[in-house]
Amino acid sequence: MEIKQISVFVENKVGNLAEVAKVMSDAGISLHAISLADTKNFGVLRMLVDDTYNAANALRDKGFIFALTPVIAVATTDEPGSLCEILNIFDEADINLEYLYDVNTGKKDSVYLIFKVENIEVATDILKKKGVKLLTQEDFKA
Amino acid sequence: MGNYFQPEIETASQEQIRAWQDERLIKQVKHVYDNVAMYRERMDELGIKPEDIKGVEDLHKLPFTTKDDLRDQYPYGLLAKPLGDCVRIQSTSGTTGRRVVAFYTQHDIDLWEECCARAIVAAGGTNEDVVHVCYGYGLFTGGPGLNGGSHKLGSLTLPMSSGNTERQIQFMTDLGSTILCCTPSYAAYLAESIIERGVKDKIKLKAGIFGAEAWTEEMRHDIEDKLGIKAYDIYGLTEISGPGVSFECEEQTGMHVNEDHFIAEVINPKTGEVLPDGEKGELVFTSITKEAFPLLRYRTRDICILSHEKCSCGRTHVKMTKPLGRSDDMLIVKGVNVFPSQIETVLLNKGYAANYQIIVTRVNNSDNLEVQVEMTPEMFSDSVGEIEKKEKELVGALKGMLGIYADVKLVAPKSITRSEGKAVRVIDKRNLYQN
Repeated sequence: MEIKQISVFVENKVGNLAEVAKVMSDAGISLHAISLADTKNFGVLRMLVDDTYNAANALRDKGFIFALTPVIAVATTDEPGSLCEILNIFDEADINLEYLYDVNTGKKDSVYLIFKVENIEVATDILKKKGVKLLTQEDFKA
Repeated sequence: MGNYFQPEIETASQEQIRAWQDERLIKQVKHVYDNVAMYRERMDELGIKPEDIKGVEDLHKLPFTTKDDLRDQYPYGLLAKPLGDCVRIQSTSGTTGRRVVAFYTQHDIDLWEECCARAIVAAGGTNEDVVHVCYGYGLFTGGPGLNGGSHKLGSLTLPMSSGNTERQIQFMTDLGSTILCCTPSYAAYLAESIIERGVKDKIKLKAGIFGAEAWTEEMRHDIEDKLGIKAYDIYGLTEISGPGVSFECEEQTGMHVNEDHFIAEVINPKTGEVLPDGEKGELVFTSITKEAFPLLRYRTRDICILSHEKCSCGRTHVKMTKPLGRSDDMLIVKGVNVFPSQIETVLLNKGYAANYQIIVTRVNNSDNLEVQVEMTPEMFSDSVGEIEKKEKELVGALKGMLGIYADVKLVAPKSITRSEGKAVRVIDKRNLYQN
C-alpha cells in the first residue's frame, strides 16, 4: 500500500520554489505535505497533494522535471515513542530508510509520517502485520 | 565516385587548379592595387609592385588583412568596384564595435551560389530535392547563400529563415523537405522538437548541411541519429563570400576548399609564417575571383589543418579540417587552454544534452570555471544522492578532458537560451585586462 509522492527538481535560484508553488496554486492543487531536500547546487521538492494526476500534468505542461516516487504513509499517535516504535520495526526487518518527514494532520494527538524505504513491498507487509495504520492515496484527497 | 555540380572544376588535376590560381591571383593583385587605397599603401610600404607577384609561390610576400582592417575601412574603404556595379551587401553579426559589410557584383553572387550548389550536390542533392533553408535570411549570409545554391541546382527551395519551430516542422512534414540547411545547434533543437512531437516518421529528410558555428563529431552523431540523416559540414565567412568557401563530401573527413576561387594557407598565428600541409595553424584566405570585395590573405582566426591527400569522392581540391578552435574563443582558465568543444564532447559522451553554458569568473585572483547543464528527465531522481553521483561523474570526466576542475551546475530544463542562430556558449566575467 504505497502512495505517490511528487518529487520536483528545483534549480538553486531565487524564485524557483515560488514558481512550483504558483503552478500548484494555478492548477487548484492543495498540498498536504511538503519537504525540501537541498544541496549546494539544487533541491528536490517532495510533495503529497490532493490530486496527483492533475498536479503532474500541470508540472509537465510548465516544463518542470519531476518523478512520481512511491512512499509509505503511516498514521500514528502524537506522543513520545511512536516514531521509535516504527523505526524499530524497520530496524528489526533490516529495512533501509532513505528519508522521512511528517505531516500535520490538524487533528490533536494524531500525526502522519511519510517514509521512503528501499524495499517498499517488504516494508508495507511488515507494518501491516504489526498492526500499524497505513494511509492510502484516498486519505490525501480533498 | 560521387556526383558533382561542376565536375570539370571539382575533379580537375592539382596542376590545373594551380594554373587557375596563378593566373587569377596575378589579375586580382593588380585589381586591388589599382582600386583599393589600403592595399596600394601597404604594398608600397613593403616595396611590392603587382608585377612582383607571378603566381601562388609569391603569395607570402603580400600583406595580411585582419578583421580590424575591415572595421577600420567600414563601410566603403575596401570596395574595389564602382558602386554602380554592386548589387548586394551582406554583413556579419558584429558583436563588438562596427559591423563588417561585404559587397557583391552579380558575378560575385553567381560564383558564391555555384559554390553552395557544389555543397548541396556533395550532400547528395539533385534538382529533385526539397531544400529547407532555415539559416537566417537578410544581412546574414547563411540563408541567401544556400538559397542561391539550391536555385542554381534547380531544387525546390523553401526559404524558411530561422525561428518559428512549429512552422518549420509543419512545412517539413507537409512539403516533404529532404535537405535541411541550418546551424548545427538549431538542427539539434529541431531534432529534439521533432521527437517531442512524435512526428519523426513523418519527416523525409535525408541530409543536412550545417555550418556557421563550431560543432563536434559527437554533436554530428547525435543529430544524425535523432533525425536519421547524414549531416554535412559547410564552412564560410562573409568576408570571403559566405557559406560554401569549403564543404564536406560523403567521406566526411574534412571540407574541400573551392580552390578555383579561394587560396587557402595555414600560418603560425604568432609569426605569420606559412605552415606546410598537416600542420595546425590559423587559416588564411585570398579571394581570387571576387570583384567587389576582394581580400588578400584574410586571417580567419580559425585554427585548422590542410590536406592535399587524395579523397575517395574524386574531388581534388584541398581539404581543411573542421575548425579545431578559434584563436579568439579559446579560454585560458587557471593557465590552461580550454576549448568549449572539449566540454561539449564530454557532455555528449555522458549522455547530456548539447545545450550548455560555460561561465568563467575570477574570485580572489583565482579562476573559476562553471559548466551549466540542463537537467533531463533521464538524469533526474528522487534521490539527492543519485543526482550528486551523476554530477560527480561529470566533474570527473571534465577534469579528465580539461585537466582542471570545473564546477557543474544542474539547471532547470530550457533555462539556457536555445539559439535559433548562434549559441552563446561562453560567458567570461573576468576583467582580464584591468589592473
